[in-house]
Amino acid sequence: MKKFINKTDNILLESLSGFATAHSDLVSLNLDPIFLTRKQKATNKVAIISGGGSGHEPLHAGYIGYGMLDAACPGHVFTSPTPDQMLAATEAVHAGKGILFIVKNYAGDVMNFEMAAEMLPLANGLPIESATVLTSDDCAVMNSTYTTGRRGVAGTVIVEKCVGSLAETGADLPSCKALGDKVNSRTASMGVALTSCTVPAAGRPTFDIGDTELEMGVGIHGEPGRRREAMREADAIVKDVVNAILEALKPEQNSEALLLVNGFGATPLMELYLIYNTAAKLFSQHGIQISRSLVGNYTTALDMAGASITLCLLDDEIKQHWDSPVHTAALRWGK
Amino acid sequence: MKTSFILSAALAIHDSILNHETELESLDRAIGDGDHYINMKRGASTIVEIQAELEPLTPDAALNKIGLKLLSTIGGASGPLLASFFMGTAKVIKEKGDESVQTYAAAFAAGVDAIRQRGKADLGEKTMLDVLIPVAHQFTALAAANAGIKEICISLITTAEHGMLATKGLIATKGRAAGLGERAIGHIDPGAKSCQLMIEAVCNLFSTQ
Repeated sequence: MKKFINKTDNILLESLSGFATAHSDLVSLNLDPIFLTRKQKATNKVAIISGGGSGHEPLHAGYIGYGMLDAACPGHVFTSPTPDQMLAATEAVHAGKGILFIVKNYAGDVMNFEMAAEMLPLANGLPIESATVLTSDDCAVMNSTYTTGRRGVAGTVIVEKCVGSLAETGADLPSCKALGDKVNSRTASMGVALTSCTVPAAGRPTFDIGDTELEMGVGIHGEPGRRREAMREADAIVKDVVNAILEALKPEQNSEALLLVNGFGATPLMELYLIYNTAAKLFSQHGIQISRSLVGNYTTALDMAGASITLCLLDDEIKQHWDSPVHTAALRWGK
Repeated sequence: MKTSFILSAALAIHDSILNHETELESLDRAIGDGDHYINMKRGASTIVEIQAELEPLTPDAALNKIGLKLLSTIGGASGPLLASFFMGTAKVIKEKGDESVQTYAAAFAAGVDAIRQRGKADLGEKTMLDVLIPVAHQFTALAAANAGIKEICISLITTAEHGMLATKGLIATKGRAAGLGERAIGHIDPGAKSCQLMIEAVCNLFSTQ
């Protein structure tokens, strides 16, 4: 293992400290329990809290700020955060209109957020209202090592962006949840790994993969996907991923869509744009009009080489909330 | 049950988990992601470390505190599941307020039920419930028949072992091994194994009281 590490046990804290210092205009880091919030607490809106295992940066702390999240709770690498983190974050960001948790569909995350929701403190003598949006955009497999049902992956970024935008307008909790569920249901993703990732505490690659192999449908923890296949040229790989997404979403002709090409951590932007080039052509051949795009490392898997493709079918509401201003460490436009 | 017994049981569980490091690790590496032993050790050690805080509490308050501590320490899926067990158990102990075998059986069954609800899993899915559900049934039946504590302990150790061994032949539909399909057959579920170890440790302690 060759990584920038001082002491394995301190990686998370040192990285979060660096993040909080680098973006001190946007976020504050709380220790014991660990959570991050916006520098300026927002008022009179639904507070959006997300969280999950670390190792997927910039997910989720990178999306704290105007137009997206109010707080994020990072767990250990690839391990769900615990309810005490969510409860402390709730106390810090609750702004009178309830809490919306955005949770990727993994058993550990689901259970820990569920318990947090059941233990929410009182505000003015009444329990704080909460709702949860579970993201499940990965169409590679129905059940995986970590889930019951589809996994939540890069499509989570689109859910967080749109729901975050709606919450800024002062919309109520049921409306925010409804938009989150809608975006999730109109989004599908699938990933491909060329190499494994290495969890620092484990010190060795999570899975073995040969120089001439790829894992089709890989998850964001390096967990198995659809099948192990022979490495081939990019166009052929992208075609299989695009077809899987089309099969999952079954979009109507002339659908308008957002195309996200996401890197897993060790694939250069040059290759991500090459993937985008092919994917955009293929989708348009299937009558889909790509009117919004995002290319880069938005939901990573430590140092895994590989990428995922996400398609989100737009409607006027989703488009409006995707386009609206956002000011976070990892996404920033219009403000 | 006195709080002092809960503390001795926590220590016995801690020692049993640490004594089975190699076995738990290799089971989890085969069909999980290799962190089960580390998580169980972290949970067991934390409870041993807070003995002084637990000592002055009533048994139900101690069990509840153990649940909350595990919840904020273990993480992943095992944290909420084990926490649900202890918090569910504490509730019954508090409500009934006596030290009868029937109360212990009802408390244990309530804890197992809390895990079942939290994990949305049931018997035969290759999880810790394949040990816990049969043990809860057996415990309830023996307590209803006014069996002696020694007889109950010996019987529960055997029931736990059977449940643990039975996971070997199962396909996982819940938990860590759920993505493996047929590949999980032939391997004992690590969560079932650690539950069997914990039950054995506590039963051995109980029968020597």
